[in-house]
Amino acid sequence: MESWRRSPKTFLALGLPPTAWLLLFFLIPIGIVWAFSFGEKVGIVDIDITGTFANYDRAFEAVYLQIMVKSLIMAGLTTLVCIAVGFPVAFLITFAPARWKPWLLLLIILPFWTNLLIRTYAMIAVLRTNNGFLNMGLEAIWDAADAVTGLFGLAALGAFQPWDILYSDAAVLIGMVYVFLPFAVLPLYSTLERLDTNFLEASLDLGAGHLKTFFSIVVPLAGPGIASAVIITFIPALGSFLQPDLLGGTDSQLIANVIERQFLSANDWPFGGALSFLLMYITFIAIAARAFLTRPNERRGSLPA
Amino acid sequence: MKRIIAPLDYSRRWSLRWVIVATTVFLYAPILILIAFSFSESRRLVKIEGFTLKWYEKAMNNDQLALAFANSLTIALINTIVATALGALAAVLLWRFRFPGKPVYEGATALPIIVPEICMGVALYVFFARVGWPSDWIWPFNLSAIAAAHIAFSFPFVAMIVRARLANFNRELEESAKDLGASEWQVLHDVVIPFMKPGLIAGALLAFTLSLDDFVITFFTSGPNTVTFPIKIYSMVRFSVTPEVNAASTMLIVITLVLTALALWMQNRDKPGAEA
Repeated sequence: MESWRRSPKTFLALGLPPTAWLLLFFLIPIGIVWAFSFGEKVGIVDIDITGTFANYDRAFEAVYLQIMVKSLIMAGLTTLVCIAVGFPVAFLITFAPARWKPWLLLLIILPFWTNLLIRTYAMIAVLRTNNGFLNMGLEAIWDAADAVTGLFGLAALGAFQPWDILYSDAAVLIGMVYVFLPFAVLPLYSTLERLDTNFLEASLDLGAGHLKTFFSIVVPLAGPGIASAVIITFIPALGSFLQPDLLGGTDSQLIANVIERQFLSANDWPFGGALSFLLMYITFIAIAARAFLTRPNERRGSLPA
Repeated sequence: MKRIIAPLDYSRRWSLRWVIVATTVFLYAPILILIAFSFSESRRLVKIEGFTLKWYEKAMNNDQLALAFANSLTIALINTIVATALGALAAVLLWRFRFPGKPVYEGATALPIIVPEICMGVALYVFFARVGWPSDWIWPFNLSAIAAAHIAFSFPFVAMIVRARLANFNRELEESAKDLGASEWQVLHDVVIPFMKPGLIAGALLAFTLSLDDFVITFFTSGPNTVTFPIKIYSMVRFSVTPEVNAASTMLIVITLVLTALALWMQNRDKPGAEA
């Protein structure tokens, strides 16, 4: 790496275009919203930047705080499920025969190439109460169970009651897991792929079982990958807009939906600005926490003990 | 080198195989159901009955849908070119130079990746509204706001991919080229760029699909006359759900798949046998 002073012309030629774009179409717009978040509405379109914290105070009122907490819980649950399902999937791909690997990876990546909106919309036909495929499956299982209990002369289970899952928090959660699962698998795979299998063999040779090897060797070594998977899933999940919008009911709105409403229907930019900055601060805290937590793991990973 | 030996042959374990089978069903069933409905005779999306192509015919004859589709492809194309160029520049800059405030600069370029889409969407909404960005230019210039927004969020992804590729670059190659008399430009053109190429292709591919796929940021930057394909599908979903939506969705899925397959094929064709 050389100092920029050695060839300032090249440095500027390389740096200027991306920097200008970033400034104009990202940093300045974000800066405007930040300034507005300390402002007051003084008309339909006019906003006075008075330095007030009133918008942030309002964001901590019970009704909004509740939505914020709920968004965190939903994103956390989504992440948990995605990692729990994604880890075995990534693990299997890592140890699959070389000629299968690209195909298995493709299997996970393909839905990722499918439009997010379409995938969310696809969930409606699965989750709805009448003729939804989830309920049809549940009904089949119910009927089978009913037949079995009948066979043993036990009381019948009664008629099947479809599960009103669409337009509920559960539907939003399923939709979020559905959409974000490939996000979790890819970073897990890329870490596991680089895993030194000698450690695993040594552990197995020395008498540790597969589970013990998994939890004391694989998981710690894959620490940074797990952290990446958590972040890469949690952040977009926290800002989920489409899943609550299309799959949720009126009471399953998350923070992104509230922000959208401030800008597109309530026309309260200062309050919307405050909410979107709070969402950004939470995101930054999550990233900082990740950097803080993975540091010791990385050290452990690089030094074979 | 064969590194898989029997005790580590986890892919042979049925317990793990079931996980991947269940995951595959979970990931694919909803999309397949959606596609199946696009061929259903019934206007109501209740039961899949019969087989018809009339919804495709209807979707193809839908002028608004066709325009939305043309808009999406145009934006994605512009985005791919500009974002790949900007991303490559930023990657080379960060790879090559030491400069004061570099960590801050790195953080700033990563911001569009980490900031929630909704925050970036509303920021651009406010920005374009406040600066009075013209939206009444003739096509395709009326798409400039959306394209600018897409470039802003996709070039950092390209930069990240290209930089990861450059991190594996053996600088001795560069030095030997210089020792052998190559000029700065020759080094860049004959040594560095060929090495970057897989990263550039992967980055361009990602930029294209990020743009084609984007809903949230486009939702806030599109106007009544600048509707993209996902935005059009969204309004169709909101207003009247007919199998036409499914037909349009299926077309988008197929197009994305074909383009991706094509790009992967091109990427593999460039590879000289061994893994890059």
